[in-house]
Amino acid sequence: MRSVPLRANLLYVPALIIFAIFIAYPLIRGFGISFTSWDGFSPQKHFIGVDNYLRLFTDSTFGHVVLNTFIYGVGSTVLQQVFGLGLALILRKPTRRSGILRAIIYLPALVSPVIMGTMYYLLFQYNDGALNDLVGLFGADKVAWLNNATVAIIIIVLVNSLQFMGISMVIYLAGLHSIPAMYYEASTLDGAAGWKQFLHITAPLLWPAFTASVVLNLINGLKLFDVITVLTAGGPGYSTNSVSTLISITYFDSQNAGYAASMGVVLFAIIVVFALIVNSSFSRLNPEAD
Amino acid sequence: MPMFTKRASKIVLGVLIAVAVIAQLLPFYISLTTAFKSRTDLSSRLVPPHTLYLGNFAEAINDGGIFRAILNSLIVTGGGTLLVLVLGALAAYPLTRLRTRTNRIVLALILVMMMVPPLSILVPLYSMLVDIGGINTYWGITLTLVAEHLPLAIFMYSAFLGSVPYSLEEAAALDGAGLFRRLYNIVFPLLKPVTASVAILAGVPIWNEFALSVYILNDQSVRTIAPTVSTFFSQSTSNLGAASAASLLAFVPILLVYLFLQRYFMEGAAAGAIK
Repeated sequence: MRSVPLRANLLYVPALIIFAIFIAYPLIRGFGISFTSWDGFSPQKHFIGVDNYLRLFTDSTFGHVVLNTFIYGVGSTVLQQVFGLGLALILRKPTRRSGILRAIIYLPALVSPVIMGTMYYLLFQYNDGALNDLVGLFGADKVAWLNNATVAIIIIVLVNSLQFMGISMVIYLAGLHSIPAMYYEASTLDGAAGWKQFLHITAPLLWPAFTASVVLNLINGLKLFDVITVLTAGGPGYSTNSVSTLISITYFDSQNAGYAASMGVVLFAIIVVFALIVNSSFSRLNPEAD
Repeated sequence: MPMFTKRASKIVLGVLIAVAVIAQLLPFYISLTTAFKSRTDLSSRLVPPHTLYLGNFAEAINDGGIFRAILNSLIVTGGGTLLVLVLGALAAYPLTRLRTRTNRIVLALILVMMMVPPLSILVPLYSMLVDIGGINTYWGITLTLVAEHLPLAIFMYSAFLGSVPYSLEEAAALDGAGLFRRLYNIVFPLLKPVTASVAILAGVPIWNEFALSVYILNDQSVRTIAPTVSTFFSQSTSNLGAASAASLLAFVPILLVYLFLQRYFMEGAAAGAIK
Protein backbone atom coordinates (compact mmCIF):
# COMPACT_ATOMS: atom_id res chain seq x y z
CA MET A 1 0.00 0.00 0.00
CA ARG A 2 2.87 2.34 0.73
CA SER A 3 5.55 3.31 -1.70
CA VAL A 4 8.42 2.98 0.77
CA PRO A 5 10.65 0.36 -0.83
CA LEU A 6 11.95 -2.46 1.31
CA ARG A 7 15.52 -1.50 0.47
CA ALA A 8 14.98 1.56 2.72
CA ASN A 9 15.91 -0.89 5.48
CA LEU A 10 19.51 -0.46 4.32
CA LEU A 11 19.39 2.95 6.01
CA TYR A 12 19.64 1.45 9.48
CA VAL A 13 22.53 -0.83 8.59
CA PRO A 14 25.28 1.72 9.48
CA ALA A 15 23.71 2.22 12.92
CA LEU A 16 23.46 -1.54 13.47
CA ILE A 17 27.11 -2.03 12.50
CA ILE A 18 28.18 0.51 15.14
CA PHE A 19 25.97 -1.17 17.78
CA ALA A 20 27.34 -4.56 16.82
CA ILE A 21 30.99 -3.55 17.14
CA PHE A 22 30.86 -1.19 20.11
CA ILE A 23 28.08 -2.63 22.29
CA ALA A 24 26.81 -6.07 21.26
CA TYR A 25 30.19 -7.68 20.61
CA PRO A 26 31.74 -6.31 23.86
CA LEU A 27 28.66 -7.52 25.74
CA ILE A 28 29.14 -11.08 24.44
CA ARG A 29 32.93 -10.96 24.74
CA GLY A 30 32.58 -9.67 28.32
CA PHE A 31 30.34 -12.61 29.14
CA GLY A 32 33.05 -14.89 27.81
CA ILE A 33 35.84 -13.15 29.76
CA SER A 34 33.78 -13.42 32.94
CA PHE A 35 34.40 -17.20 32.90
CA THR A 36 38.19 -16.77 32.86
CA SER A 37 40.90 -15.66 35.25
CA TRP A 38 42.31 -13.24 32.63
CA ASP A 39 44.61 -10.50 33.98
CA GLY A 40 43.77 -8.05 31.18
CA PHE A 41 46.91 -8.18 29.06
CA SER A 42 48.46 -11.66 28.69
CA PRO A 43 47.60 -13.46 25.45
CA GLN A 44 46.01 -16.50 27.06
CA LYS A 45 42.87 -16.67 29.15
CA HIS A 46 42.29 -19.54 31.56
CA PHE A 47 38.76 -20.89 31.70
CA ILE A 48 37.64 -21.20 35.32
CA GLY A 49 33.91 -21.78 34.86
CA VAL A 50 31.59 -19.93 37.21
CA ASP A 51 34.29 -19.30 39.85
CA ASN A 52 34.12 -15.51 39.39
CA TYR A 53 30.37 -15.53 40.00
CA LEU A 54 30.69 -17.76 43.05
CA ARG A 55 33.34 -15.37 44.36
CA LEU A 56 30.99 -12.39 43.81
CA PHE A 57 28.39 -14.04 46.04
CA THR A 58 30.82 -14.54 48.91
CA ASP A 59 32.78 -11.27 48.42
CA SER A 60 31.53 -9.00 51.21
CA THR A 61 33.12 -5.97 49.51
CA PHE A 62 31.06 -6.62 46.40
CA GLY A 63 27.87 -7.05 48.42
CA HIS A 64 28.55 -3.73 50.12
CA VAL A 65 29.24 -2.05 46.77
CA VAL A 66 25.97 -3.38 45.29
CA LEU A 67 24.17 -1.89 48.29
CA ASN A 68 25.95 1.45 47.68
CA THR A 69 24.85 1.31 44.04
CA PHE A 70 21.21 0.89 45.12
CA ILE A 71 21.59 3.79 47.56
CA TYR A 72 23.05 6.00 44.81
CA GLY A 73 20.26 5.01 42.43
CA VAL A 74 17.26 5.16 44.76
CA GLY A 75 18.55 8.05 46.91
CA SER A 76 19.24 10.29 43.91
CA THR A 77 15.89 9.39 42.38
CA VAL A 78 13.92 10.30 45.52
CA LEU A 79 15.80 13.58 46.06
CA GLN A 80 15.54 14.61 42.43
CA GLN A 81 11.77 14.06 42.38
CA VAL A 82 11.33 16.13 45.55
CA PHE A 83 13.66 18.93 44.38
CA GLY A 84 12.60 18.82 40.73
CA LEU A 85 8.84 18.78 41.35
CA GLY A 86 9.08 21.39 44.12
CA LEU A 87 11.07 23.78 41.96
CA ALA A 88 8.81 23.22 38.97
CA LEU A 89 5.72 24.03 41.05
CA ILE A 90 7.29 27.20 42.47
CA LEU A 91 8.70 28.38 39.14
CA ARG A 92 5.87 27.30 36.87
CA LYS A 93 4.66 30.81 36.02
CA PRO A 94 6.31 31.93 32.77
CA THR A 95 7.60 35.24 34.13
CA ARG A 96 10.99 36.72 33.30
CA ARG A 97 12.17 36.31 36.87
CA SER A 98 11.30 32.62 37.08
CA GLY A 99 12.91 32.15 33.66
CA ILE A 100 16.23 33.44 35.02
CA LEU A 101 15.93 31.33 38.18
CA ARG A 102 15.21 28.22 36.13
CA ALA A 103 18.27 28.89 33.96
CA ILE A 104 20.48 29.15 37.06
CA ILE A 105 19.07 25.98 38.64
CA TYR A 106 19.57 24.09 35.37
CA LEU A 107 23.14 25.37 34.87
CA PRO A 108 25.07 22.67 36.83
CA ALA A 109 23.49 19.95 34.66
CA LEU A 110 25.69 21.17 31.80
CA VAL A 111 28.94 20.75 33.69
CA SER A 112 30.91 17.55 33.38
CA PRO A 113 30.25 15.54 36.57
CA VAL A 114 34.04 15.29 37.01
CA ILE A 115 34.29 19.08 37.07
CA MET A 116 31.25 19.35 39.36
CA GLY A 117 32.90 16.81 41.66
CA THR A 118 36.12 18.84 41.65
CA MET A 119 34.16 21.97 42.54
CA TYR A 120 32.41 20.21 45.42
CA TYR A 121 35.72 18.77 46.59
CA LEU A 122 36.77 22.38 47.24
CA LEU A 123 33.78 22.57 49.56
CA PHE A 124 34.10 19.27 51.43
CA GLN A 125 37.89 18.90 51.59
CA TYR A 126 39.24 18.34 55.11
CA ASN A 127 42.10 20.84 55.34
CA ASP A 128 41.13 23.83 53.21
CA GLY A 129 37.50 22.99 52.45
CA ALA A 130 35.06 25.89 52.54
CA LEU A 131 32.60 23.99 54.72
CA ASN A 132 35.21 23.36 57.41
CA ASP A 133 36.02 27.10 57.34
CA LEU A 134 32.39 27.69 58.27
CA VAL A 135 32.56 25.00 60.94
CA GLY A 136 35.67 26.73 62.28
CA LEU A 137 33.83 30.04 62.55
CA PHE A 138 31.57 28.41 65.12
CA GLY A 139 34.63 27.23 67.02
CA ALA A 140 34.04 23.56 66.27
CA ASP A 141 36.65 21.04 65.13
CA LYS A 142 37.09 20.27 61.45
CA VAL A 143 34.93 17.43 60.16
CA ALA A 144 36.38 14.70 57.90
CA TRP A 145 33.36 14.83 55.59
CA LEU A 146 34.70 12.51 52.92
CA ASN A 147 36.55 10.14 55.23
CA ASN A 148 33.43 8.86 56.89
CA ALA A 149 31.76 6.34 54.58
CA THR A 150 28.17 7.12 55.61
CA VAL A 151 28.62 10.88 55.35
CA ALA A 152 30.52 10.54 52.07
CA ILE A 153 27.74 8.42 50.56
CA ILE A 154 25.16 11.03 51.57
CA ILE A 155 27.35 13.77 50.07
CA ILE A 156 27.73 11.85 46.79
CA VAL A 157 23.96 11.36 46.54
CA LEU A 158 23.39 15.02 47.34
CA VAL A 159 25.96 16.30 44.82
CA ASN A 160 24.54 14.09 42.06
CA SER A 161 20.96 15.15 42.91
CA LEU A 162 21.73 18.87 43.05
CA GLN A 163 23.66 18.74 39.80
CA PHE A 164 20.83 17.10 37.87
CA MET A 165 17.70 18.34 39.69
CA GLY A 166 17.41 20.98 36.93
CA ILE A 167 16.66 18.25 34.41
CA SER A 168 13.90 16.81 36.61
CA MET A 169 12.56 20.34 37.08
CA VAL A 170 12.44 20.89 33.32
CA ILE A 171 10.66 17.54 32.79
CA TYR A 172 8.03 18.46 35.42
CA LEU A 173 7.66 21.96 33.94
CA ALA A 174 6.91 20.42 30.55
CA GLY A 175 4.34 18.20 32.29
CA LEU A 176 2.77 21.13 34.16
CA HIS A 177 2.54 23.24 31.02
CA SER A 178 0.71 20.49 29.19
CA ILE A 179 -2.17 20.64 31.70
CA PRO A 180 -4.95 22.79 30.22
CA ALA A 181 -5.66 25.90 32.35
CA MET A 182 -9.39 25.27 32.10
CA TYR A 183 -9.08 22.22 34.38
CA TYR A 184 -7.97 24.54 37.15
CA GLU A 185 -10.59 27.17 36.32
CA ALA A 186 -13.36 24.59 36.39
CA SER A 187 -12.23 23.15 39.72
CA THR A 188 -11.86 26.64 41.25
CA LEU A 189 -15.49 27.30 40.35
CA ASP A 190 -16.32 24.08 42.14
CA GLY A 191 -14.61 25.44 45.23
CA ALA A 192 -11.47 23.30 45.11
CA ALA A 193 -8.13 24.90 45.85
CA GLY A 194 -4.58 24.27 46.95
CA TRP A 195 -3.87 20.70 47.98
CA LYS A 196 -7.14 19.46 46.61
CA GLN A 197 -6.36 20.80 43.15
CA PHE A 198 -2.86 19.35 43.35
CA LEU A 199 -4.09 15.89 44.34
CA HIS A 200 -6.96 15.65 41.87
CA ILE A 201 -5.68 17.53 38.82
CA THR A 202 -1.95 18.18 38.92
CA ALA A 203 -0.69 14.89 40.33
CA PRO A 204 -2.55 12.49 38.01
CA LEU A 205 -1.76 14.56 34.92
CA LEU A 206 1.93 14.73 35.88
CA TRP A 207 2.16 10.94 35.76
CA PRO A 208 4.01 10.77 32.39
CA ALA A 209 6.53 13.36 33.58
CA PHE A 210 6.97 11.48 36.87
CA THR A 211 7.62 8.13 35.22
CA ALA A 212 10.01 9.66 32.67
CA SER A 213 11.98 11.47 35.35
CA VAL A 214 12.14 8.46 37.69
CA VAL A 215 13.40 6.09 34.99
CA LEU A 216 16.06 8.59 33.86
CA ASN A 217 17.29 9.40 37.38
CA LEU A 218 17.26 5.80 38.54
CA ILE A 219 19.32 4.51 35.62
CA ASN A 220 21.80 7.39 35.86
CA GLY A 221 22.09 6.94 39.62
CA LEU A 222 22.75 3.20 39.29
CA LYS A 223 25.48 3.99 36.74
CA LEU A 224 27.13 6.64 38.94
CA PHE A 225 30.88 6.85 38.38
CA ASP A 226 32.41 10.31 37.82
CA VAL A 227 31.42 12.05 41.06
CA ILE A 228 32.57 9.11 43.18
CA THR A 229 35.92 9.00 41.40
CA VAL A 230 36.72 12.63 42.20
CA LEU A 231 35.15 13.00 45.61
CA THR A 232 36.33 9.79 47.32
CA ALA A 233 37.96 7.55 44.67
CA GLY A 234 35.78 4.86 46.22
CA GLY A 235 37.35 5.25 49.65
CA PRO A 236 37.88 5.18 52.53
CA GLY A 237 38.83 1.58 51.70
CA TYR A 238 36.20 0.32 49.27
CA SER A 239 33.34 1.82 51.25
CA THR A 240 31.92 4.36 48.78
CA ASN A 241 32.44 2.47 45.51
CA SER A 242 29.60 1.82 43.11
CA VAL A 243 29.69 -1.28 40.94
CA SER A 244 30.94 0.94 38.08
CA THR A 245 33.93 2.34 40.00
CA LEU A 246 34.75 -1.08 41.46
CA ILE A 247 34.85 -2.53 37.93
CA SER A 248 37.47 -0.02 36.84
CA ILE A 249 39.54 -0.52 40.02
CA THR A 250 39.39 -4.32 39.67
CA TYR A 251 40.35 -4.14 36.01
CA PHE A 252 43.05 -1.47 35.91
CA ASP A 253 44.45 -1.43 39.45
CA SER A 254 44.08 -5.06 40.56
CA GLN A 255 44.49 -6.40 37.00
CA ASN A 256 41.75 -8.88 37.52
CA ALA A 257 39.94 -8.51 34.19
CA GLY A 258 37.98 -11.75 34.47
CA TYR A 259 36.54 -10.81 37.84
CA ALA A 260 35.81 -7.25 36.65
CA ALA A 261 33.99 -8.65 33.59
CA SER A 262 31.74 -10.74 35.85
CA MET A 263 30.90 -7.57 37.81
CA GLY A 264 30.02 -5.95 34.49
CA VAL A 265 27.58 -8.74 33.70
CA VAL A 266 25.97 -8.27 37.14
CA LEU A 267 25.75 -4.48 36.63
CA PHE A 268 23.99 -4.95 33.29
CA ALA A 269 21.62 -7.44 34.94
CA ILE A 270 20.87 -4.97 37.76
CA ILE A 271 19.94 -2.23 35.27
CA VAL A 272 17.73 -4.57 33.24
CA VAL A 273 15.94 -5.88 36.34
CA PHE A 274 15.36 -2.36 37.68
CA ALA A 275 14.06 -1.19 34.30
CA LEU A 276 11.64 -4.12 34.13
CA ILE A 277 10.41 -3.64 37.71
CA VAL A 278 9.90 0.10 37.26
CA ASN A 279 8.18 -0.38 33.92
CA SER A 280 5.74 -3.01 35.10
CA SER A 281 4.91 -1.28 38.38
CA PHE A 282 4.36 2.03 36.57
CA SER A 283 1.97 0.54 34.06
CA ARG A 284 0.04 -1.09 36.92
CA LEU A 285 -0.11 2.12 38.97
CA ASN A 286 -0.99 4.42 36.08
CA PRO A 287 -3.95 6.55 37.26
CA GLU A 288 -5.12 6.97 33.66
CA ALA A 289 -5.70 3.24 33.23
CA ASP A 290 -8.68 1.80 35.07
CA MET B 1 -6.07 34.62 58.46
CA PRO B 2 -5.97 33.55 54.76
CA MET B 3 -4.06 36.77 53.97
CA PHE B 4 -1.50 35.87 56.59
CA THR B 5 -0.98 32.29 55.41
CA LYS B 6 -0.67 33.47 51.82
CA ARG B 7 2.07 35.91 52.74
CA ALA B 8 3.81 33.38 54.95
CA SER B 9 3.81 30.76 52.24
CA LYS B 10 5.18 33.30 49.77
CA ILE B 11 8.08 34.01 52.12
CA VAL B 12 8.75 30.30 52.64
CA LEU B 13 8.77 29.68 48.89
CA GLY B 14 11.08 32.63 48.34
CA VAL B 15 13.51 31.29 50.94
CA LEU B 16 13.43 27.80 49.35
CA ILE B 17 14.24 29.23 45.93
CA ALA B 18 17.03 31.36 47.39
CA VAL B 19 18.56 28.27 49.03
CA ALA B 20 18.34 26.35 45.74
CA VAL B 21 19.96 29.17 43.76
CA ILE B 22 22.77 29.59 46.31
CA ALA B 23 23.38 25.82 46.33
CA GLN B 24 23.64 25.78 42.54
CA LEU B 25 25.98 28.77 42.31
CA LEU B 26 28.18 27.96 45.32
CA PRO B 27 30.42 25.41 43.53
CA PHE B 28 31.10 27.91 40.74
CA TYR B 29 31.84 30.67 43.24
CA ILE B 30 34.30 28.53 45.24
CA SER B 31 36.12 27.45 42.09
CA LEU B 32 36.40 31.07 41.00
CA THR B 33 37.92 32.17 44.31
CA THR B 34 40.24 29.12 44.33
CA ALA B 35 41.30 29.64 40.72
CA PHE B 36 42.20 33.31 41.29
CA LYS B 37 44.24 32.76 44.46
CA SER B 38 47.87 31.73 44.65
CA ARG B 39 48.82 28.61 46.58
CA THR B 40 50.39 30.74 49.30
CA ASP B 41 47.10 32.57 49.89
CA LEU B 42 45.70 30.78 52.93
CA SER B 43 42.44 32.71 53.20
CA SER B 44 39.18 30.77 53.11
CA ARG B 45 37.76 29.83 49.70
CA LEU B 46 34.58 31.59 50.78
CA VAL B 47 36.45 34.90 50.78
CA PRO B 48 36.98 36.53 47.38
CA PRO B 49 40.64 37.10 46.39
CA HIS B 50 41.98 40.63 46.94
CA THR B 51 44.20 40.48 43.89
CA LEU B 52 43.47 38.48 40.78
CA TYR B 53 46.25 35.89 40.61
CA LEU B 54 46.51 34.37 37.12
CA GLY B 55 49.21 31.76 37.76
CA ASN B 56 46.70 28.90 38.00
CA PHE B 57 45.31 29.72 34.59
CA ALA B 58 48.81 29.90 33.14
CA GLU B 59 49.51 26.48 34.63
CA ALA B 60 46.27 25.00 33.29
CA ILE B 61 47.10 26.32 29.82
CA ASN B 62 50.86 25.65 29.67
CA ASP B 63 51.42 22.51 31.72
CA GLY B 64 47.93 21.03 31.53
CA GLY B 65 47.29 21.82 27.88
CA ILE B 66 43.71 22.79 28.55
CA PHE B 67 43.36 24.52 25.15
CA ARG B 68 44.56 21.38 23.42
CA ALA B 69 41.98 19.47 25.51
CA ILE B 70 39.22 21.87 24.47
CA LEU B 71 40.22 21.41 20.82
CA ASN B 72 40.17 17.63 21.27
CA SER B 73 36.74 17.83 22.86
CA LEU B 74 35.51 19.97 19.96
CA ILE B 75 36.73 17.35 17.47
CA VAL B 76 35.22 14.38 19.35
CA THR B 77 31.96 16.20 20.18
CA GLY B 78 31.56 17.70 16.70
CA GLY B 79 32.26 14.45 14.89
CA GLY B 80 30.30 12.34 17.36
CA THR B 81 27.22 14.56 17.39
CA LEU B 82 27.16 14.82 13.61
CA LEU B 83 27.33 11.04 13.29
CA VAL B 84 24.57 10.58 15.88
CA LEU B 85 22.32 12.99 13.97
CA VAL B 86 22.95 11.55 10.51
CA LEU B 87 22.92 7.86 11.46
CA GLY B 88 19.98 8.43 13.82
CA ALA B 89 17.83 10.18 11.21
CA LEU B 90 18.70 7.59 8.54
CA ALA B 91 17.91 4.67 10.84
CA ALA B 92 14.67 6.19 12.12
CA TYR B 93 13.17 6.43 8.64
CA PRO B 94 12.78 2.73 7.78
CA LEU B 95 12.08 1.86 11.41
CA THR B 96 9.11 4.24 11.40
CA ARG B 97 7.84 3.89 7.84
CA LEU B 98 8.29 0.13 7.43
CA ARG B 99 6.67 -1.44 10.47
CA THR B 100 7.57 -5.01 9.61
CA ARG B 101 8.10 -7.75 12.18
CA THR B 102 11.84 -7.67 11.60
CA ASN B 103 11.97 -3.93 12.17
CA ARG B 104 10.04 -4.25 15.40
CA ILE B 105 12.65 -6.73 16.59
CA VAL B 106 15.41 -4.32 15.49
CA LEU B 107 13.80 -1.53 17.54
CA ALA B 108 13.58 -3.81 20.59
CA LEU B 109 17.28 -4.69 20.20
CA ILE B 110 18.18 -0.99 20.01
CA LEU B 111 16.28 -0.51 23.28
CA VAL B 112 18.48 -3.21 24.83
CA MET B 113 21.59 -1.37 23.52
CA MET B 114 20.36 1.74 25.33
CA MET B 115 20.25 -0.10 28.66
CA VAL B 116 23.87 -1.29 28.59
CA PRO B 117 25.82 0.77 31.16
CA PRO B 118 29.15 1.83 29.60
CA LEU B 119 31.16 0.58 32.59
CA SER B 120 29.54 -2.86 32.42
CA ILE B 121 31.42 -3.49 29.16
CA LEU B 122 34.63 -1.72 30.21
CA VAL B 123 36.85 -4.84 30.14
CA PRO B 124 35.78 -6.24 26.76
CA LEU B 125 35.46 -2.79 25.15
CA TYR B 126 38.87 -1.59 26.28
CA SER B 127 40.61 -4.84 25.34
CA MET B 128 38.87 -4.83 21.94
CA LEU B 129 40.00 -1.25 21.32
CA VAL B 130 43.54 -2.32 22.21
CA ASP B 131 43.27 -5.14 19.66
CA ILE B 132 41.99 -2.92 16.82
CA GLY B 133 44.27 0.03 17.60
CA GLY B 134 41.53 2.35 18.86
CA ILE B 135 43.26 3.49 22.06
CA ASN B 136 44.44 7.12 21.94
CA THR B 137 42.61 7.78 18.69
CA TYR B 138 39.78 10.20 17.95
CA TRP B 139 37.82 7.52 16.09
CA GLY B 140 38.07 5.03 18.97
CA ILE B 141 36.43 7.28 21.53
CA THR B 142 34.08 8.93 19.01
CA LEU B 143 32.56 5.70 17.69
CA THR B 144 32.28 4.32 21.24
CA LEU B 145 30.32 7.37 22.35
CA VAL B 146 28.24 7.42 19.16
CA ALA B 147 27.15 3.86 19.95
CA GLU B 148 26.16 5.01 23.45
CA HIS B 149 24.04 7.96 22.31
CA LEU B 150 22.64 6.70 19.02
CA PRO B 151 19.72 4.70 20.52
CA LEU B 152 18.09 7.77 22.09
CA ALA B 153 18.53 9.70 18.83
CA ILE B 154 16.84 6.90 16.87
CA PHE B 155 13.93 6.79 19.34
CA MET B 156 13.45 10.56 19.33
CA TYR B 157 13.55 10.77 15.54
CA SER B 158 11.21 7.76 15.24
CA ALA B 159 8.71 9.26 17.68
CA PHE B 160 8.81 12.56 15.82
CA LEU B 161 8.60 11.03 12.37
CA GLY B 162 5.68 8.90 13.51
CA SER B 163 3.71 12.09 14.15
CA VAL B 164 4.45 13.46 10.66
CA PRO B 165 1.76 12.40 8.15
CA TYR B 166 2.99 10.18 5.36
CA SER B 167 0.85 12.08 2.84
CA LEU B 168 3.54 14.77 2.51
CA GLU B 169 5.95 12.20 1.15
CA GLU B 170 3.32 10.39 -0.85
CA ALA B 171 2.77 13.42 -3.07
CA ALA B 172 6.47 13.54 -3.87
CA ALA B 173 6.53 9.78 -4.43
CA LEU B 174 3.68 10.10 -6.93
CA ASP B 175 5.72 12.75 -8.71
CA GLY B 176 8.35 10.10 -9.21
CA ALA B 177 10.88 11.30 -6.62
CA GLY B 178 13.20 8.49 -5.59
CA LEU B 179 13.88 7.47 -1.99
CA PHE B 180 16.94 9.66 -1.54
CA ARG B 181 15.30 12.69 -3.13
CA ARG B 182 12.37 12.28 -0.74
CA LEU B 183 14.64 11.89 2.26
CA TYR B 184 16.74 14.87 1.33
CA ASN B 185 13.99 17.24 0.18
CA ILE B 186 11.10 16.29 2.47
CA VAL B 187 11.93 14.01 5.40
CA PHE B 188 15.14 15.60 6.68
CA PRO B 189 13.78 19.17 6.59
CA LEU B 190 10.76 17.92 8.56
CA LEU B 191 13.08 16.60 11.28
CA LYS B 192 14.64 20.01 11.89
CA PRO B 193 12.63 20.95 15.01
CA VAL B 194 13.65 17.80 16.91
CA THR B 195 17.24 17.89 15.65
CA ALA B 196 18.23 20.67 18.06
CA SER B 197 17.03 18.53 20.98
CA VAL B 198 18.80 15.42 19.72
CA ALA B 199 22.04 17.37 19.15
CA ILE B 200 22.00 18.74 22.70
CA LEU B 201 21.08 15.40 24.29
CA ALA B 202 24.00 13.72 22.52
CA GLY B 203 26.46 16.63 22.38
CA VAL B 204 26.46 17.67 26.05
CA PRO B 205 27.21 14.20 27.46
CA ILE B 206 29.86 13.57 24.77
CA TRP B 207 31.52 16.90 25.64
CA ASN B 208 31.46 15.97 29.33
CA GLU B 209 32.31 12.27 29.03
CA PHE B 210 34.82 10.93 31.54
CA ALA B 211 34.28 7.28 32.52
CA LEU B 212 35.47 5.80 29.21
CA SER B 213 37.67 8.59 27.82
CA VAL B 214 39.86 8.60 30.91
CA TYR B 215 41.03 5.11 29.85
CA ILE B 216 40.66 5.28 26.07
CA LEU B 217 42.47 8.64 25.83
CA ASN B 218 45.46 8.52 28.16
CA ASP B 219 47.83 10.39 25.86
CA GLN B 220 47.81 14.15 26.40
CA SER B 221 47.77 14.93 22.67
CA VAL B 222 44.29 13.42 22.21
CA ARG B 223 42.88 13.79 25.73
CA THR B 224 39.54 15.61 26.06
CA ILE B 225 38.57 18.04 28.84
CA ALA B 226 37.09 15.80 31.54
CA PRO B 227 40.07 13.43 31.78
CA THR B 228 42.43 16.42 31.50
CA VAL B 229 40.83 18.18 34.46
CA SER B 230 41.13 14.98 36.46
CA THR B 231 44.91 14.93 35.88
CA PHE B 232 45.25 18.03 38.06
CA PHE B 233 43.39 16.29 40.68
CA SER B 234 44.29 13.25 42.65
CA GLN B 235 43.81 12.80 46.36
CA SER B 236 47.59 12.68 47.00
CA THR B 237 49.10 15.30 44.72
CA SER B 238 46.39 17.81 44.05
CA ASN B 239 46.90 21.17 42.45
CA LEU B 240 43.44 22.48 43.21
CA GLY B 241 44.11 26.01 41.97
CA ALA B 242 45.04 24.74 38.52
CA ALA B 243 42.23 22.17 38.65
CA SER B 244 39.74 24.99 39.30
CA ALA B 245 41.21 27.16 36.55
CA ALA B 246 41.08 24.23 34.11
CA SER B 247 37.49 23.41 35.15
CA LEU B 248 36.36 26.98 34.55
CA LEU B 249 38.15 27.27 31.18
CA ALA B 250 36.65 23.93 30.09
CA PHE B 251 33.17 25.13 31.07
CA VAL B 252 33.35 28.39 29.07
CA PRO B 253 32.54 26.90 25.62
CA ILE B 254 29.43 25.09 26.82
CA LEU B 255 28.36 28.13 28.86
CA LEU B 256 28.54 30.31 25.73
CA VAL B 257 26.40 27.86 23.78
CA TYR B 258 23.95 27.71 26.71
CA LEU B 259 23.60 31.49 26.89
CA PHE B 260 22.62 31.66 23.23
CA LEU B 261 20.55 28.50 22.92
CA GLN B 262 19.12 28.22 26.45
CA ARG B 263 15.58 27.52 25.26
CA TYR B 264 16.73 24.51 23.21
CA PHE B 265 18.58 23.04 26.19
CA MET B 266 15.47 23.09 28.37
CA GLU B 267 13.16 21.84 25.61
CA GLY B 268 15.68 19.17 24.69
CA ALA B 269 15.90 17.79 28.20
CA ALA B 270 12.13 17.49 28.47
CA ALA B 271 11.70 16.12 24.95
CA GLY B 272 14.31 13.43 25.46
CA ALA B 273 12.68 12.15 28.61
CA ILE B 274 9.01 12.28 27.72
CA LYS B 275 9.37 11.80 23.95
